[in-house]
Amino acid sequence: MNSLKEEKKDRKPVIRLTTELLEMLAKASEIELEDIELDFDELELQLLPGRVRVIPRMAPPEEKPAKLIEVEYAPPKLEYTGRIVEVKLGATRAEGGTRSRSIVIGGETAPAFYLFHTSTPHKPVIAFDVFDTPKVPLAKAVKMHVQEVRDDPAAWARLCIEKFGAEMVNLHLISIDPLIDDTSPEDALKTVEAVLDAVDVPITVGGCGDPVKDLKVFEKIAEATEGERILFNSVTLDMDIEKTAKIINKYGHTVIAFTSMDVNHARELNRKLYEFLPREQIVMDTTTGALGYGLDYAFTVMERARLAALRGDPELQHPLSSGTTNAWAAREAWMTMDPQWEPKLLRGPLWEVTTGLTLLLAGVDYFMMMHPAAVQTLKAVIDELMGGRKEMEPVDWVTLKI
Amino acid sequence: MPAKELSPIDVYKLLPRTNCKKCGEPNCMSFAAKLVAREATLQQCPVLLEEKYRPQFEKLWDLLKPPVRGVEVGVGDRKVVIGGEYVVHRHEFTYFHPTAIAIDVSDEMEEGVLVERVERTSNFCYEYIGMKLYLDMIAVRSSSNDPRRFEWAVKKTAETTDLPLILCSLNPSVMEQGLAVVGERRPLIYAATRDNWREMADLALMYKCPLVVSAPNDVKLLRSLTTTLLKYGVEDLVLDPGTYADEGLADTLDNFTMLRLSAIREGDEALGFPLLGAPIVAWSRREEDPTLNEWKESYLASMLIVRYADLLIMHTLSGWALLPVVILRQNIYTDPRKPVSVEPGVRTFGEPDEWSPVMFTTNFALTYYTVASDVQSAKADAYLLVVDSEGISVESAIAGRKLTADTVAEAIRNFKVGDLVKHRLLIIPGRAARISGEIEDLTGWRVLVGPIDSSGIGKFLGTKWKEEISKIKGSGE
Repeated sequence: MNSLKEEKKDRKPVIRLTTELLEMLAKASEIELEDIELDFDELELQLLPGRVRVIPRMAPPEEKPAKLIEVEYAPPKLEYTGRIVEVKLGATRAEGGTRSRSIVIGGETAPAFYLFHTSTPHKPVIAFDVFDTPKVPLAKAVKMHVQEVRDDPAAWARLCIEKFGAEMVNLHLISIDPLIDDTSPEDALKTVEAVLDAVDVPITVGGCGDPVKDLKVFEKIAEATEGERILFNSVTLDMDIEKTAKIINKYGHTVIAFTSMDVNHARELNRKLYEFLPREQIVMDTTTGALGYGLDYAFTVMERARLAALRGDPELQHPLSSGTTNAWAAREAWMTMDPQWEPKLLRGPLWEVTTGLTLLLAGVDYFMMMHPAAVQTLKAVIDELMGGRKEMEPVDWVTLKI
Repeated sequence: MPAKELSPIDVYKLLPRTNCKKCGEPNCMSFAAKLVAREATLQQCPVLLEEKYRPQFEKLWDLLKPPVRGVEVGVGDRKVVIGGEYVVHRHEFTYFHPTAIAIDVSDEMEEGVLVERVERTSNFCYEYIGMKLYLDMIAVRSSSNDPRRFEWAVKKTAETTDLPLILCSLNPSVMEQGLAVVGERRPLIYAATRDNWREMADLALMYKCPLVVSAPNDVKLLRSLTTTLLKYGVEDLVLDPGTYADEGLADTLDNFTMLRLSAIREGDEALGFPLLGAPIVAWSRREEDPTLNEWKESYLASMLIVRYADLLIMHTLSGWALLPVVILRQNIYTDPRKPVSVEPGVRTFGEPDEWSPVMFTTNFALTYYTVASDVQSAKADAYLLVVDSEGISVESAIAGRKLTADTVAEAIRNFKVGDLVKHRLLIIPGRAARISGEIEDLTGWRVLVGPIDSSGIGKFLGTKWKEEISKIKGSGE
């Protein structure tokens, strides 16, 4: 198992769940600590008169081995012919944009964290959701962290990067929805520019879900921010695919191809995009269902898509994106429940963590997330996994005093 | 043979082909189909059990046996089978035996604490879309390494619950004492190691109990141990490749993945056993606040469920930390072959009349069952129109344009909803609010935007709906 040992050199710090994380969870100081077991230094035991049975030792019959039979082990041999394309998000000045760095995702040649087979080429990235209007309802556990910046997307973006440790900003232009504020493409552009000024990381710009309005707004923004390599979220089967793809290509951006939980639809959309857009500019999102509300389908569609891509399917070889924020659509994430399931201020972000980690193992490369503690936890886990095998000594949990 | 590639014909050829119906199926071919889908077992065919069919029986047994052995722990109603899996990825067939979750007690706990933990574990239950989610086992740890103390703890635990037990000690004399108390309840023995395997194997054979083989971060040793133990005559084995919460998390996932792939893809019989994970290691480094240990233990358990663990040993009993874990387990172990949608159409709740509310939802099974259970618990007399969204939830279907004003209008027309009521008020899901105008234009019904989450239906019907319908009845009649 030589390949395993090689991973040891690049040691990363252990997962540190600090009091900072606790503060993120407990900001409203509503956490009631339940079920904490106490250590008892002194235990008085009343031993009941036990049946101490004398167990006759069986002499092993001759054919039974008397000492350990040493055998070899070779990790399973896997053959993957496919490779996920690398997509570069954001551009530095040298690359034609204004970001302090660009981020590459994708490039996998094996399922997520099959370290015995190969290492993971690029670290999965986490982007923080920022909405351009306070009209978007947020769960209380999330709201309390962004309350002061809800009507200022630029300040919101800065908070996510500087305080919450996100690596990218995921701006949602919800207000452009004709059924909400019908914000004009010009005004939407102003918001995008304000965010680009406020942070120096790569950004994602998302629409409202209206196929016509989104395209109008994307066109305006793509042109004005030429070269920034923004990730546009998203292009869908019912949009004018040709026009969208041409705009993304012409102004040097990237795009998320969004389909709803169907591998064939994902293929179809990618196939249509290839006519007008290089593969290296496409990220794929097959929809994230919340834990308890469709996560099983979301997981399986992503896992199937990724495995098919690695086995050579040329139409699915794209980095995967997940709207992990959808975890909050599960009622268990935000609802007040019987006391035994409380506090929801812990349950909610843990719901987002569980949804995110499940999909991390299906192969997701780009996470859109919402709760600071969930982001911190996913980052810590990703950093630990990227650090590779550590070959640690066993942990004795049998005699652990908890 | 990989489960997915086995055809009913392969199985049919080896059956008696008498079409005697004794198995409950109309003929041998449909019994073969059931066997291939793992919905029936060979023992259900009495003819096959006759001596003259022994060679066929053995061939079929080999053909149908899972590459990951199913190991029974415990006896009676709450007996648990761990392992018994055929595939690496759930979409390749389905998983069969949900990851069992054991909660620990230790022999140094005060009696009151121990009994309370055992009772809370036994009584744990969460109702989720019509199913009850439970915890499955108690792991009794000898943290004292004192045989008499262990005997006491095992006895107390066994008196308090009928859940299957895991006895945890690497010391054979301690283990012996525990087995003397509950040996006949078929507890799982934790664990045989490089140092104690012979004594543990003797105990496992004497008490006919399954045995965990532990070799943290050393798959070669694990394989040597199972090879030896199989020769020694112990067949019901469980593998513990070690669990690490912090440094070593990558090793943990890697080991679990390698073992499952070796068993299923390469048919390595020495590794074809259920996998044990121990999220309880998240407590080995005390955080400033134990909440953080619970947080870490919970997500570690979830990652192990995704990466093939068949049994988990945990410490936390906090509902907020366990709930995501038991729901994830249910999700991952749901049969992906079963339809995810329900039939579109009109469902009635209570005894609705022509002035009763009409609501709609999508035909995604989870959405439908959630809404239905909320309408029921609101004790409402109402019609619920199930619109075909191609089995997708409201929010995703709106985003993906599977649920549009057109599909809603079509459903109203096809299912003749207008004939059921005299009013023309349609309550729509809060998450479908953005298409309310289009629905009004297309259907001529007036839309009332309902709650974002269906848990608010009861309240909505009692306030907004009541107000609106009384206005109409007041003016219309």
